[in-house]
Amino acid sequence: MRLEIKGLTKRFGSFTANDSIDLVVEPGEIHCLLGENGAGKSTLMNMLYGLLTPTEGEILLDGEPVTFDGPGDALAAGIGMVHQHFMLVPVFTVAENVMLGHEQTRGAGVLNRRAARKQVRELSDRYRLHVDPDALVEDIPVGVQQRVEILKALASHAKILILDEPTAVLTPQEIEELMGIMRELKAQGTSIIFITHKLREVKEIGDKISVIRRGKVVGTAPPSASENELAEMMVGRDVQLVVGKEAANVGEPVLKAEGISVVDPRGHLVVKDVSFEARAGEVLGIAGVQGNGQTELIKSLLGLVKPDAGRISLNGKDISRHGPRQSLEEGIGYIPEDRSHDGYVGTFSVRENLVLDLYRTDEFSSGPALKLDKIAANAKARIEEFDIRTESADTPVASLSGGNQQKVVVAREFSRPLKVLIASQPTRGVDVGSIEFIHKRIIAERDRGTAVVIVSTELEEIYALSDRIAVMYDGRIVATVSPETPREQLGLLMAGAVPGGPDGTEVA
Amino acid sequence: MTDVIETPTPAASEPEPRVRDRADVRRQIKLIVVLALVLLAEVWFKLEIDDPTVAHLFKGPRTKDNPPVEFDGSIVSWVAVGLTAVALLLAVANLYPRGWKGVLIAVVVGLGFYGAFLMWAYADPSGAFAPAMTNPIPGTIRIATALVFGALAGVLCERAGVVNIAIEGQFIAGAFFGSVFSSFAVVSLAAIPLFWCPVFGLLGGVLAGVGVAAMLAFFSLRYHVDQVVVGVVLVAFGYGITSFLLGQIPNDRNDQFNNPELLQSVDIPVLHEIPYIGEALFGQTLLVYLAYLSVPAVWFLLFQTRWGLRVRSVGEHPKAADTVGVDPIRIRWQAVLLGGVFAGLGGASFTLSTGAFDKEMTAGLGFISLAAVIMGRWHPIYAALAAVMFGFLRNLKDQLSILDEKVPGDLLSALPYIATIIAVAGFVGRVRAPAADGQPYQKTD
Repeated sequence: MRLEIKGLTKRFGSFTANDSIDLVVEPGEIHCLLGENGAGKSTLMNMLYGLLTPTEGEILLDGEPVTFDGPGDALAAGIGMVHQHFMLVPVFTVAENVMLGHEQTRGAGVLNRRAARKQVRELSDRYRLHVDPDALVEDIPVGVQQRVEILKALASHAKILILDEPTAVLTPQEIEELMGIMRELKAQGTSIIFITHKLREVKEIGDKISVIRRGKVVGTAPPSASENELAEMMVGRDVQLVVGKEAANVGEPVLKAEGISVVDPRGHLVVKDVSFEARAGEVLGIAGVQGNGQTELIKSLLGLVKPDAGRISLNGKDISRHGPRQSLEEGIGYIPEDRSHDGYVGTFSVRENLVLDLYRTDEFSSGPALKLDKIAANAKARIEEFDIRTESADTPVASLSGGNQQKVVVAREFSRPLKVLIASQPTRGVDVGSIEFIHKRIIAERDRGTAVVIVSTELEEIYALSDRIAVMYDGRIVATVSPETPREQLGLLMAGAVPGGPDGTEVA
Repeated sequence: MTDVIETPTPAASEPEPRVRDRADVRRQIKLIVVLALVLLAEVWFKLEIDDPTVAHLFKGPRTKDNPPVEFDGSIVSWVAVGLTAVALLLAVANLYPRGWKGVLIAVVVGLGFYGAFLMWAYADPSGAFAPAMTNPIPGTIRIATALVFGALAGVLCERAGVVNIAIEGQFIAGAFFGSVFSSFAVVSLAAIPLFWCPVFGLLGGVLAGVGVAAMLAFFSLRYHVDQVVVGVVLVAFGYGITSFLLGQIPNDRNDQFNNPELLQSVDIPVLHEIPYIGEALFGQTLLVYLAYLSVPAVWFLLFQTRWGLRVRSVGEHPKAADTVGVDPIRIRWQAVLLGGVFAGLGGASFTLSTGAFDKEMTAGLGFISLAAVIMGRWHPIYAALAAVMFGFLRNLKDQLSILDEKVPGDLLSALPYIATIIAVAGFVGRVRAPAADGQPYQKTD
């Protein structure tokens, strides 16, 4: 099926998310849509999938104009979508998730689960997507969940498949597998729209590349274009893809974790006997695919959850029983992985957010009263220092862009003396320019002698910042390696391959 | 190649370190404390008894042909103490099983405690007309009928993601209109045979229940008003409007509006002849049989049909449902309205099995239904079982009211609520409500 988009525009109030977009996807083509976070890729796809109604413009399928009132219409027209955040019901089985919406019945609305299982098996054989139809979705790994999402689209006879940032949650090996699946689908005649901001992937799989910036298609390129060329199109200026840094001046261990274990609220052991040291003047990168215990480990370091076993010490002092307030006061800085949830209060102003964990110090309050003038002066200084693009210090943080929101969090954490900085996904959903800036600040903090712990699922970030890399898999630190380790090897470790195993990695 | 600096944990396949979850430790401590208290109480009950002779009237009411049967209650007391002691030992050794086995042990210990308590309550008879124990089943069924319907209403709504605090409001409305419709049918619709008049009353209850449900759905689904707030308001509204309407009925026209014909018992052949329990369980009204049938029916509907799959998906992840063409708002409307049918039937049972409507006669049972939903983990069958248990406790209070001297009545009337709090707060464990329960769903555009 040939998809053509003509002059598609979407406005939210005065904000134009998509501005007159033209795009053609030929049958059996893998069309890459490249753009930064917030460039308008998802808005475009949500219009294609009937989740949003276009303000202007039209969508043509095989030359016929179509309009969608809801995803049901898009599905019926042959458009399937794999969302960035999976649209799966965790407590349902794979087969139930695949059948939802077009359920096989025995008549009178009684479910025919056998037929549903059969369909899942047939599709998974045909497209080589292996899944167990009876497994509960919440029990299967993210990579397999993604296969279920693809199966869902195929089960409703999708001719055009939209994959929205499908690689964000996958290991390098799973990404390879996904590429294989995409080639298989293409060979069987399915068109694919592949949305991403990762240049490497685009070059590997794309037949055609369209680059979106600020809601507009700024150009198309063949997959042979260089990474720098693509990056420049995407960002609109020349960008430095590597952070310049000096060799680390490593000091004494500051933060020590010994045998930490954490049980999550569902009763699963998610952090298993983890030990490590963070040393002054050094960046320890914790690499790993999302959901391998990093979140819980970080929360236990900060006292947001109490470890169920093990000991955490800061400069020799046991802080395992500390709550977050005590930990912060001991000199731990924290950049949370989900800033909108843990990092700032969206309806509070930039000024207020900049003192969220400082307001009770003598600097900003006396007795029960806040020193509003000091808080205002602080905001002014930080906004300047961290180049926070905001209309004013009174603007609610929720209305800033992702990069600027993150800068507010970073600025606040850096505005008190730190012994340890714990940064979880410090640049998730942040534009390339801000990434550069935040990375530089983190390195500067390291050079001031702070022990830095970075958790990231992005290998690029891990390599850019770390002086040592610890790899987490299945709740454990499976290896600690130097940043010279090749990507492939680190990828294997992230996928749980045992060092010293048949893959040829040596144990020192 | 010496890239690997250190490998603190050499293999991902090594056995998991044994870490005991804090929650697990807390659970064990709670269990030990409660069982120890139960044991102490049972021993105390036993020691307080001077004359262990107890009489029962399980076969039926006291008549000349059916005098109270006397027996020695010591055995019951000792068995209870023994059972509790065994459970306590299991808990101390951390061998107390989880899952249904644990629940089974809890039920057995609970029944033992009930027995030991009754022995104490009825022992030391004074004179020939000492109170005798009566069969708890009929009273339990009477109260549990409403609770089971209420619980099913709650399960249906909450599985779809709508918190239904308004069950109490649906009850009171159902009770009032059940009475009105039944009375009206007797007086004004001569064409309806007397047997069917209360069935017409059930229709009134259903309409009232659905009416309140429609208000809940309208405000919470259409206008995204906080569901708990809407629910509480609807309860107050239900109390208010029924009291007001009751006040509007002139005394001389009471027959026409609030003197319902009651549901008649229908014996089920063979089954109702089972000794002790037959009459109580199978010599019941249509409404009670309807309750028996509704529980498996709702289970089937939720877990074996297309509609049920969609309801559950909407309660867990409405956006996922929306992206495959299932309209969450529509499904929620349907589930809430169907819940209203059941809640209305539950409400109607208050008037159609006992008599005229009285102000606030539902006395908070709607909230107990809600507790049954939570205790039954949002599962129709477990919720119904929890409802029966609450009905049993409530009935116990009524039965023991004649022993007012020994057991303070006020304390007893608090019993079902105390049990609810202990059960819900302490021992239901890690219950997980439907993930989207109470969250309004709004399309992005």
